[in-house]
Amino acid sequence: MEDQAFAPTIVGFLCNWCTYAAADSAGVSRFKMPPSVMVVRVMCTGRVDPLFVLTAFLRGADGVLISGCWPGQCHYQTGNLQARRRTVLLKSIFNALELEMEERFRLSWVSSSEAPRFVQVVKGFDRQIKDLGPCPIQDELFL
Amino acid sequence: MPEGASSSAFTSEGLKINRGAVDTVRELLRTLLESGKVKAVLALGRTGGDEGGVGYSLFRNPAAFEANGAALPLLPFMPANAGALLSRLTLEGPLPEPVAAVVRPCELRASIELAKLSQGYLDNILFISSTCGGVYPLDAGIDGNLEEMLPRYWQAMKQGTLDDKVRPTCRACNNFVPEGADITVALLGEADLDEECTLYVQTERGADFASCLEGATTEVKQENKVLERSMVQRDAFREELFATVEVGLEGLIRTFGRCIGCHGCKTVCPICHCRLCHFDSQDCERPAGFYEGELARKGGLRVPPDTVYFQLGRMAHMAISCVGCGMCTDVCPTDIPLSTIFSKVGASAQAAFDYHPGKDVDEEIPLRTFEEEEFAQVAT
Repeated sequence: MEDQAFAPTIVGFLCNWCTYAAADSAGVSRFKMPPSVMVVRVMCTGRVDPLFVLTAFLRGADGVLISGCWPGQCHYQTGNLQARRRTVLLKSIFNALELEMEERFRLSWVSSSEAPRFVQVVKGFDRQIKDLGPCPIQDELFL
Repeated sequence: MPEGASSSAFTSEGLKINRGAVDTVRELLRTLLESGKVKAVLALGRTGGDEGGVGYSLFRNPAAFEANGAALPLLPFMPANAGALLSRLTLEGPLPEPVAAVVRPCELRASIELAKLSQGYLDNILFISSTCGGVYPLDAGIDGNLEEMLPRYWQAMKQGTLDDKVRPTCRACNNFVPEGADITVALLGEADLDEECTLYVQTERGADFASCLEGATTEVKQENKVLERSMVQRDAFREELFATVEVGLEGLIRTFGRCIGCHGCKTVCPICHCRLCHFDSQDCERPAGFYEGELARKGGLRVPPDTVYFQLGRMAHMAISCVGCGMCTDVCPTDIPLSTIFSKVGASAQAAFDYHPGKDVDEEIPLRTFEEEEFAQVAT
């Protein structure tokens, strides 16, 4: 029951050239998916500064999704590969400090033609965040 | 495990000198200056006479390295990370003429790391380093305590142990054997360091410069058991220290709850090289609406906000290159064990990329490079 009451806020940094188009296409095709992802359109996943992710969490996000082109398909050749390294870095920081943001932070590759895959990713991530519950950071005053 | 301190560095050729270690270094630097092989020496020295403080200075006069000269090479004290100072000296271009720098292993690593970050040049710097027994915290240098501690320090060094008054970071350091120094002075565990001294010459340049020392005999030294023992002890203490880091969100808030936001840790950090830090910039000023929004959402807000954002953000920026020098802990007015936290986070980040900061000038900083096929499991 509590499950239904909790509508997670997921900040999604979506690449303009692929995942954003996939999300658009999923909408146009009227696929059903949870309305939890707040989309921030970026020109490339490589544009996502680790500080964006931290800011999202500290400002109340329950989850953060970075999604862009598959390796080898980046519009700017290598932005997604750099994003992948930054993801590894952030996750290693969260891991070392045993912060649960590690589980609430996901990187996914979704090309522009993969609207069904986008729906699948959102559904899966939404489920995962719902299971985890609200991110405790939200209620912390002293951040 | 980082292999920075593997004793293999000590199977290289060594020079034995029949003179105490400190005297040998003084003599070496004096000779280098007199012969004109180096134009200046960066070393610690008294600033303002006997009652004054201790700071890094560039010395040009060989007399500074006489027995009672102003220079204090090998003094176990770190008023600034010399790596950051060398970066400042060479930010606009490499040094035109050779300069010798007497540095600790972590300062050498900072130098190399900063050069990799395009914050300076290593050309024309002759690095003289030593097997390190740590440095005393800054407050030891305030009221003459340092002089009183020195006998203890050298006593411990001779036995191959560390005085427990040195920085905790130093006691937990497993990178105390310099790599990439031109000349390394054997100090740790050298029982006879008052009477004789061994120099390990690790580069051709170092060999050329050391050749001007009189009375040097070449010998090849076997692996040093004392260093291995020290490594075991320090690794154990390192684990102990790491275990004290408060983890989880609650731990994070407890630890950084006492941060007063002075940003001193960032100022003294050799790796934090940005002239204008993001966290000091206009980007971190919030419009009035932000405060209203946060108040409406949470019912309260720490002022100024972003304490944890600053610390986590700094980790994202520099933990991968953290050389573990301990300057941050030393300057923190509220005694947050920053260096322990950053070393722990740094170890995790560095392990993820199998990266050793400051070890090799040709090893790319992980965030500046990538492979086509790697970390496949990260993207799901």
